[in-house]
Amino acid sequence: MNLQFLVDGLLTGSIIGLGAIGVTLTYSILRFSNFAHGEFISWGAYATLFTSGILGWAMGGAVPAIGPFSFGWTLLVAAVFAMALTGLLALGLDYVLFRHLRRRANAITAVMASFGASMALRSLLEFFFTSSPTYFSKKLQIAKQLGLGIRATPDQMVLIGLTAALVLSIHLLLTRTQTGRSMRAVSENPDLARVAGIDVARIVNITWMIGGALACAAGIMVGLLVQIRPYMGFDLLLPLFAAAILGGIGSVPGALIGGLIVGLAEAVAVQTVGAEWRAAIAFLLLIVVLIVRPSGLFGVRS
Amino acid sequence: MSAPQAENQPILAVTDLVSGYDPGVPIVRGASMTVAPGEIVVILGPNGAGKSTFIKSIAGLVPKQSGSVRLEGREIAALPAHRLVHEGLAFVPQTENVFGQMSVEDNLRLAAGILPKAERAPQLDKMYGMFADLARQRHLLAGRLSGGQRQMVAVARALMVSPRVVMLDEPSAGLSPKLVEQVFVNLAGIRKAGVTIVLVEQNARAALAIADRAYILAEGRNAHEGGAADLWNDPAIAALYLGGGKLRGREVPA
Ligand SMILES: Nc1ncnc2c1ncn2[C@@H]1O[C@H](COP(=O)(O)OP(=O)(O)OP(=O)(O)O)[C@@H](O)[C@H]1O
Ligand SMILES: [Mg+2]
Repeated sequence: MNLQFLVDGLLTGSIIGLGAIGVTLTYSILRFSNFAHGEFISWGAYATLFTSGILGWAMGGAVPAIGPFSFGWTLLVAAVFAMALTGLLALGLDYVLFRHLRRRANAITAVMASFGASMALRSLLEFFFTSSPTYFSKKLQIAKQLGLGIRATPDQMVLIGLTAALVLSIHLLLTRTQTGRSMRAVSENPDLARVAGIDVARIVNITWMIGGALACAAGIMVGLLVQIRPYMGFDLLLPLFAAAILGGIGSVPGALIGGLIVGLAEAVAVQTVGAEWRAAIAFLLLIVVLIVRPSGLFGVRS
Repeated sequence: MSAPQAENQPILAVTDLVSGYDPGVPIVRGASMTVAPGEIVVILGPNGAGKSTFIKSIAGLVPKQSGSVRLEGREIAALPAHRLVHEGLAFVPQTENVFGQMSVEDNLRLAAGILPKAERAPQLDKMYGMFADLARQRHLLAGRLSGGQRQMVAVARALMVSPRVVMLDEPSAGLSPKLVEQVFVNLAGIRKAGVTIVLVEQNARAALAIADRAYILAEGRNAHEGGAADLWNDPAIAALYLGGGKLRGREVPA
């Protein structure tokens, strides 16, 4: 067996993992499945594209790429900016929609509303950017031989590193800081959290910001490695949920590991049974987990 | 610090409180309670009388429909639950009163979040001094502890912020007789440290033994109130509310 699936799986897995962290956090703190989460991925990618385009225009033309990578500094600046924007988008969606439903409606109403929001957000992207695919850069990258028959481009390598750094910082935030402790507390028992002096509304806002920003990061990865399309996020929705449930709802390391498992499984399927089976893998894994271990690998709640 | 007339001012005064979980379905239907600084006041009453709902409403967890809640004269009925801790009012719920998936230490440090940074560590040490068991088990998940130790975590969590009033909902429920005794010894110690205590209890005998005054709630309203010893020694009340037909005539241990 060719070991190349490791690189492909790790990359897809990182993308899914970053998205799944947002899904798992919103689910555990707000107690509903946000099917519009995929749109945060797409909007994040387009926000980055748009911002780096404006920066490039302001600099009077395309900025040269950094070293061996396909992107210049404008993309990095745009990425940070777009992550904040996508966080605000998530916050805004909560403000105009979910907040009201959370208070009175039952869970299924909020889920349906998120489906509606997903369609609306996707249509807006198609309206503004058309549905044809686009790219951050058309510059071709030469893959490097890493030994054992594995090849990876510089972009791919740095993205795996960046994902690791992002996930580590979220993990440290959750386990070492007062904000993180508050997030875990709200997720476990919102009433007791309030009694302990925690402003639950503030924690909910922080959760949306983090979820949106990580989804944006996932979108940028897809944009750099594949292409940017209005459906890019929606197409990832099933793998995101599979990963979040596989890892155990509420667990951040679980979501990442769930993402990596789904990504690697997809890559193996592509290599062994054919690319057309790729999408079925997430679904299959999801069903197996729901039957064998409904609380997920790291889950405490069923 | 306090004006002369503030000497007699109640630290907590609840007047005609009406509250409930669903709009139009009041559970507490006009209950009142006055607590003087340094007192232990116990709330008794049959199952389902609304005792828990009453103190949960004061703590801001159950919507109030009308009535007033004053803490040291300040109206706090409209404040959200998380603000009340800042005002000096702490609450230990009847059930699910610790974060089981967090370590003992994280439970306490979470509560310390509202304190200035410099006070957090000393306050944590103070709690470990008060509850030596917890110091030994600080890194265990709170959910893994025995019932008695979980109760200690819950009480320590509430005391972390040095509240002036702490309300506890059945802190002795489900504990072995020896641990129940320990809980009441602890409560007496907490009062000695200057904290005013409001206590909901099933264990009327032990509660009245440490309390100054008591309220009996029935169907969401005040049924009786009075000095702890007076209530205990009133045969009619003992028979009706204190499960006490057989205990009647027994003096409350001083
Ligand atoms: N979360 C809730 N939602 C709706 N109704 C509730 C809720 N909790 C309690 N009730 C209702 O409120 C009434 C009073 O309950 P409450 O728990 O306040 O009584 P209690 O005096 O504390 O009883 P106990 O001695 O059993 O603890 C009961 O009829 C109960 O069914
Ligand atoms: Mg009760």
